[in-house]
Amino acid sequence: MNVDVAKKLTEVFPGCLVEQDEFPETHIQLQPDQWSKIASYLKETEELSFDSCMCITGVDFGEEDDLESRYNLHSMKHNHKIEVRISANRKKPIIPTVSHVWQIANWFEREVFDMFGIKFKGHPDLRRMLLPEDWVGYPLRKDYVGPDSYHGIIIPKVKEVWE
Amino acid sequence: MGILENKFQDNIIVAKLDQILSWARSTSPWYFQFGLACCAIEMMATAASRHDLERIGMMPRSSPRQADVMIVAGTVTMKMALRVKKLYEQMADPKYVIAMGSCATSGGPYTPHGYHVLKGVDLIIPVDVYIPGCPPRPESLIEGLIKLQEKIRHERPLTRKNVS
Ligand code: SF4
Repeated sequence: MNVDVAKKLTEVFPGCLVEQDEFPETHIQLQPDQWSKIASYLKETEELSFDSCMCITGVDFGEEDDLESRYNLHSMKHNHKIEVRISANRKKPIIPTVSHVWQIANWFEREVFDMFGIKFKGHPDLRRMLLPEDWVGYPLRKDYVGPDSYHGIIIPKVKEVWE
Repeated sequence: MGILENKFQDNIIVAKLDQILSWARSTSPWYFQFGLACCAIEMMATAASRHDLERIGMMPRSSPRQADVMIVAGTVTMKMALRVKKLYEQMADPKYVIAMGSCATSGGPYTPHGYHVLKGVDLIIPVDVYIPGCPPRPESLIEGLIKLQEKIRHERPLTRKNVS
């Protein structure tokens, strides 16, 4: 299914895929710029009808590498699914939002923002989801170093031996 | 009352006021019920009919104003830590804290790498009894509570200290 959809997308949106020798079976690697439009297309086209965004995941490939956001889409109507991957630069991770296409993406994107710091452009309410609002840093990034204290509460890295 | 009924005339008990006070306190420490993670399930089981905390005089209150004991049952996240502290401050004196489970005593499975977990509630509030276990069985919790009751019973709140 991934290959079929990827072929279709190259016809409708030329240059939307990241250049690769062949279409991979497992996923579709997209460029970020047209993602909003592509998402609506995937949802609204009759023979695709990806009406359910099952999951949005963040991935960090290491301190030198890019971040990535992955979307698992499923169609209730045709019972098929695809995975879309979009990578984002570590220094300036910006990906267009799809929260207006799938409502659930609103919270998924907030969670990915919370943990990886990927900014979803156009998101109506991009606040932290799980951590406190004044938390510094994005904990699931590989280069994350935890704070030494939070509101005056010491965070010992190693607890001293019990007496 | 059964066997004691209608057996006595008007009575006087002679005891130290201190002792009576601590005895009364120790036999009805109402606890502040809030569960933070998996340990809370054991706390609920302890309060339910099989183990029945009310037979040792403890009953759950949902407001810090009415509670004497705070059972910190579960993982205290940094976000929650500020609130736990605030709730402790809202409790009326005398107040006691029980750290239930390894999360509340030391951060448990989240030490030292859990970025979001407070490494023991004793970093923010004074703890009276620590109960180890992940999670502690209801029996351990009851043992901890009885230890706390012992502690309260030996208190002498009215006696002046540091007489010089
Ligand atoms: S001590 Fe174990 S059972 Fe209790 S809250 Fe922590 S992880 Fe859960």
